[in-house]
Amino acid sequence: MRFARYIGYRLVTALPVIFGIIVLNFLLIHLAPGDAASVLAGESGAATPEYMDELRHKFGLDQSLGMQFLTYVSNMAHFNLGYSYRNDADVSSLILERLGPTSLLMLTAFGTAVALGIILGLVAATGRNSWRDNIISLISLVAYATPGFWLGLMMIVIFSIGLGWLPTSGFDTVGAGHEGWAEVWDVARHLVMPAVSLALFYLALYARLMRASVLEQTGMDYVTTARAKGQTERRIMTGHVLRNALLPIVTIAGVQAGNLIGGSIVVETVFGWPGIGTLAFNALQSRDLNLLLAIFFMSACLIVIINLAVDVIYVMLDPRMEI
Amino acid sequence: MLEGFARFARNRMALFGAAVLLCLLLLVVLTPVIYPDDPFKLAGPALQPPGGRFLLGTDTLGRDVAAEIAYGARTSLIIGVGATLAAIVFGAVAGGVAGYYRGRTETVLMRITEFFQTIPAFIFALLIVAILSPSVSSEIIAIAAVSWPSIARLVRGEFVSLGGREFVQACAGLGASDARIIFNHMLPNCASSIIAVGSLLIGTAILLEAGLAFLGLGDPNVMSWGLIISAGRAVLRSAWWICTFPGIAILLTVLGINLIGDGLNEALNPRLRER
Repeated sequence: MRFARYIGYRLVTALPVIFGIIVLNFLLIHLAPGDAASVLAGESGAATPEYMDELRHKFGLDQSLGMQFLTYVSNMAHFNLGYSYRNDADVSSLILERLGPTSLLMLTAFGTAVALGIILGLVAATGRNSWRDNIISLISLVAYATPGFWLGLMMIVIFSIGLGWLPTSGFDTVGAGHEGWAEVWDVARHLVMPAVSLALFYLALYARLMRASVLEQTGMDYVTTARAKGQTERRIMTGHVLRNALLPIVTIAGVQAGNLIGGSIVVETVFGWPGIGTLAFNALQSRDLNLLLAIFFMSACLIVIINLAVDVIYVMLDPRMEI
Repeated sequence: MLEGFARFARNRMALFGAAVLLCLLLLVVLTPVIYPDDPFKLAGPALQPPGGRFLLGTDTLGRDVAAEIAYGARTSLIIGVGATLAAIVFGAVAGGVAGYYRGRTETVLMRITEFFQTIPAFIFALLIVAILSPSVSSEIIAIAAVSWPSIARLVRGEFVSLGGREFVQACAGLGASDARIIFNHMLPNCASSIIAVGSLLIGTAILLEAGLAFLGLGDPNVMSWGLIISAGRAVLRSAWWICTFPGIAILLTVLGINLIGDGLNEALNPRLRER
């Protein structure tokens, strides 16, 4: 019960973020050169004059700026995101049908980055300044400086073109008609390279953070106490240090969620992954600004949800947290 | 601070980073001498593999990839440094005002800062460039717009801890104006932290720029690394070198800058030194 109330409270505190995005989008529309209606219509050439008039009316563009803003807020609040002429479909349904592949890619990359990052950080911290620590530090330094899209292209050159092990692009083999586990295997083979390109940067980040966090915790008094009680180093690590060291990782992971969505745009573009990223790239190519703004809005909503999940995890990890 | 630079000079990784960056600066300076021609101009037959007359090969239109990379270095540095400077100015003002005046001003400014830290940065940058139409200046604006919050939070924290110190209170007691206290006394005291964090921001800015240019949002009239890669993508199967070399250039540059940044962080931020 208390937990449900906490989640309700967090949802309310998340509202200003959503509202902020709506304000920002509104400002961006008016920042764009030309008529706001032509921005909303996407390609101005493709829309009929009747549609433009309808748009002006619907978004209240024939009214004062204040009224325009109220209309815009109300449209957004009802997920009335407009119509994409270029794609000949409703913007919200366009985004929703792409949510699946993007979620699959993001969750895979995120899970891999967090899990491997924590393990590598732990290995590096326990053998401080050993060869393991140095190799992990070196790899994370290089990974930290590598653009994800370039890594993806290089993997295509090596593993697809050179060795022929993995498919270059797409979600599954078109027309193969796989079913059941064969389909799962097929998608997994398509998923490997995009997920690695997206994950590597974050893996390096979490490894670095985890290392610093574990080193900080091992200097604490409670570790000395545990050692004085005669506990084994392994038990100290798994029973005491690990859980405390994880807290900053969880916090940063929540903050990074937003960047992961941005990273998936370039990575999806490289691999032709049929998600929101590719949709955003196509919207960019055709200057379908309304679709881009809607993607921005939806990703922000997604981030708010992820941050909420992070808070819940935090409470579960740290019983000291008052809810 | 001098002592800090001495510590920096003893850090071998940081010196390696400095050497990489020095080579890059040398390349930027010498580019007009080595490659006097416009990098967009055709230099020879298309899709020449590297190693022949053209060190790094030619692209789909027969342009020299090495010359393109040399000119791209200038673009990356201009945008990386320009965006970082803009972010520092804006972030220092926002964070400084919040940390100096405290109270409600601080609450409002920090809420706004947190908001800009939560929203998906890359998509926001993308939108700004798309709306302002792609050019070097709009890329700088977009990257600065997503980079300033970390500086603002840093400066606010420093100002809050400096606010209670005797020298600041002495200034206030002597009747110095707020602006004088902020700019002449408090900001110089955060300079070392700003330099350390700012140097790391340059690397991030260069990566962001490459991503934007890769998606076709680079200035179409200026050669950039992201632009070369996005143009070479179509012929990846037959001409791997067009995409490969600019990527290596990005990697080395960002790696060098990050190593310098890490070195500066360790040398100038005493609180982090023990780790």
